[in-house]
Amino acid sequence: MEDRSEGNRVTFAGIHSGRVQKAPESFLNADGVRSVFAEAKQGRRYFLRNAFAAAAAGTAVATATAQGNPVPPEGGDTNILNLPNHSKGLGQGVATDGYGKPSQFEANVQRRQSPGLTQTTQSSVSFAPLQSLFGIVTPNGLHFERHHQGWWDVDPSKHRLMVNGSEPGMVKTPQVFTLDEMMRLPAVSRFHFIECGANTGMEWGNVAVPTAQYSHGMLSCSEFTGVPLITLLELAGADLKKGKFVLAEGADGSSMTRTIPMSQILSGEVIVAYGQNGEMLRPENGYPLRLVVPGVQGVSWVKYLRRIELGDKPYATKDEAIHYMDLMPDGQHRQYTSIQECKSVVTTPSGGQVLLDKGFYNITGLAWSGRGKVKKVDVSVDGGRNWRTARLETPVLSKCLTRFNLDWVWDGKPTIIQSRASDDTGYVQPSYKQSRAVRGTRSIYHNNSIQSWLVQENGEVKNVQIS
Amino acid sequence: MSKFLEAIAATSLVCMVTLSAAQSGSTVSTKYPGVGRAATLKEVAAWDIDVRPDFKGVPAGSGSVAQGQDIWEAKCAMCHGVFGESNEVFSPLIGGTTAEDVKTGHVARLLDASFPGRTTLMKVATVSTLWDYINRAMPWNAPKSLTPDEVYAVTAFLLNLGGVVPDDFKLSNKNMAEAQARMPNRNGMTTAHALWPGQEFGGKAVPDVKVVACMKNCVVDVKVASNLPDFARNAHGNLAEQNRDVGAQHGAQTNRPEVKAGASPADAKLAAVAPTPTPTPAKAEPAVGDSKAAMTLVNKHVCTACHGIQQKIVGPAFTDIAKKYAGKADYIAAKIKSGSSGLWGSIPMPAQTLGDTDAKVIATWLAAGAPK
Repeated sequence: MEDRSEGNRVTFAGIHSGRVQKAPESFLNADGVRSVFAEAKQGRRYFLRNAFAAAAAGTAVATATAQGNPVPPEGGDTNILNLPNHSKGLGQGVATDGYGKPSQFEANVQRRQSPGLTQTTQSSVSFAPLQSLFGIVTPNGLHFERHHQGWWDVDPSKHRLMVNGSEPGMVKTPQVFTLDEMMRLPAVSRFHFIECGANTGMEWGNVAVPTAQYSHGMLSCSEFTGVPLITLLELAGADLKKGKFVLAEGADGSSMTRTIPMSQILSGEVIVAYGQNGEMLRPENGYPLRLVVPGVQGVSWVKYLRRIELGDKPYATKDEAIHYMDLMPDGQHRQYTSIQECKSVVTTPSGGQVLLDKGFYNITGLAWSGRGKVKKVDVSVDGGRNWRTARLETPVLSKCLTRFNLDWVWDGKPTIIQSRASDDTGYVQPSYKQSRAVRGTRSIYHNNSIQSWLVQENGEVKNVQIS
Repeated sequence: MSKFLEAIAATSLVCMVTLSAAQSGSTVSTKYPGVGRAATLKEVAAWDIDVRPDFKGVPAGSGSVAQGQDIWEAKCAMCHGVFGESNEVFSPLIGGTTAEDVKTGHVARLLDASFPGRTTLMKVATVSTLWDYINRAMPWNAPKSLTPDEVYAVTAFLLNLGGVVPDDFKLSNKNMAEAQARMPNRNGMTTAHALWPGQEFGGKAVPDVKVVACMKNCVVDVKVASNLPDFARNAHGNLAEQNRDVGAQHGAQTNRPEVKAGASPADAKLAAVAPTPTPTPAKAEPAVGDSKAAMTLVNKHVCTACHGIQQKIVGPAFTDIAKKYAGKADYIAAKIKSGSSGLWGSIPMPAQTLGDTDAKVIATWLAAGAPK
């Protein structure tokens, strides 16, 4: 249990066990879960009756039944007393499904589009369900999506990667690689987050969406496997003194192009990846090749990567000269903004969720920085008056999501939960007030301000911004 | 695009070396023998299509404003509007710039927070960006299908719509710089920030927003300044169905009004997670195969770029077509093939080039009500 002197001054006296009734390990469907809550409500009535009876009898029954997970009058939980079929029958065999899927009871956990955000599905985005994820790795099927002109399932045996120069001499010999060849080269595997530059962009001016999925879900994290881009440039005989910028280009309809920072290529950080979390990239994420540019916004992680060009000048491509530029209050656009600065969000409890009872909760969330490692995450449960330092779970890696946890006992009163991350460069995540004082409210991109979740008295959590 | 070809042709020695490497498929790698091979001139020419702000990469060619208008109306107006002003599918391209902006190179309206939206022409500083993107990615459903002359023409037309170039202007690889010198927001960019890794742009070493992490008694007054209005409660769908059914927190039933504080907390919580009525089973659906086949085809032929299933995009929703022309499969099939205009709004649907059989499968599906 936690320090009770801070925040909203929680006390432990008279608090229930915190839960209404635990569903036994996901073996209930939605209706089943709801009936459990209905039963729990019944249980409370029994508790009241029993409490009166106990008071009359002068016994301690009330203590035993003062639980959100009450003992039913028949003397035990029917889920315990009546053995379920799975305890009494024969289960299914191996390889029933050659590629296993999540439990049928996990059907609510999906990536979703934000209604009204875009008019087409081909140039759109789907958000990862952060409120339902654990740890730091995003399951491949839940990885957020951003397509500019629709996704394709590209035949890897026909995919090629070309490395050339903007002019003769920039690379000695322009090269072509097949996937077979790419996968022969020395490989590296690294965990990195990928965040869209527009993540949380809808919230610059005011609250616009209800849940962590829509406010922060253009964020995912994977272990990527591939070849450092520098290896391929060296293979082509690149002139790394003359070459100051690299263009990455996709093979899809939009043939996405972005100018890639040379300093990160030289450091070996930038990877031409084919692997993601132990399998090949998913088609929605650029199968069979995508660029991985750690710490830099997702638009630079060009999917269906077909070409790398070394040049002496930047490229001002559509997504760095029309979009993905940050409008400042003085009317100037910041161009080539790329780094995703230090940021964090509490994923549970978060907007659109309901705390079922007062009592103990594990506040958990994600923190990350495009400049390095997360050094510290502070959490406030009183709207930012006081902060406590959260536990960081391992691993804590550079330019990677970091999971944090904090014990919390809710006393049933309205309160506001926030998290604030700092990275190993000393940078501290700002509040909305601090961000807006410098950048205004119209930049669309690179909103890393502190998120506030209002926990209401009725248990419902709302997305809010505070003055 | 590089000047690789020209340079190679001019330097016969390099030419021979490169070609022989390419033709023999040999590798230049000594560190990783057998991996990779030299790209041929043909291959590089086929893929190296980028155009930079200094116009490196522009192919020879030209196109006039008038030519651009014809192409625009046939291939672009369906999404972007006749004047590039449409907000139906994508953000508007044209609007919000003035003759004064053409002089100053700063779009004044970017300072006006009340101006609704920002068009492409208000933002873009480099004419090369327009050329490059139209060339590589447009039209939306047939990228890379325009010839260089057509790209010059469409770019000229767009610039003319924005008052950047005159009606009789002809854009070519020779006069790109003239157009560039008139771009309304050509002076509107800055790289004076700390969000680019490295020193190539100069930039700043220190981030712009500086914060000290306060731990105790940090804020005196906490007030909610912004939250979602009640009417938007269910705008993202029922959030109960977007959260796992078990866990420390469940999703709120946003398909019903919130039980406000004051009601018994237990009731409020239970209302928030109360059971939803079991949906009544849909009536018997037509054969699944037909819908599936039709859905595959509308995706394959990119009909969905302009028609949503239940939502109007550029053209009407499939379900709206289904309602209007229930049972009229032949009529719909004919319309798909011939194109259609004036029935659903001002933007015409061009004649579609899909085969008769595919058109029929789609039309039959629509005539049956566009079932899922």
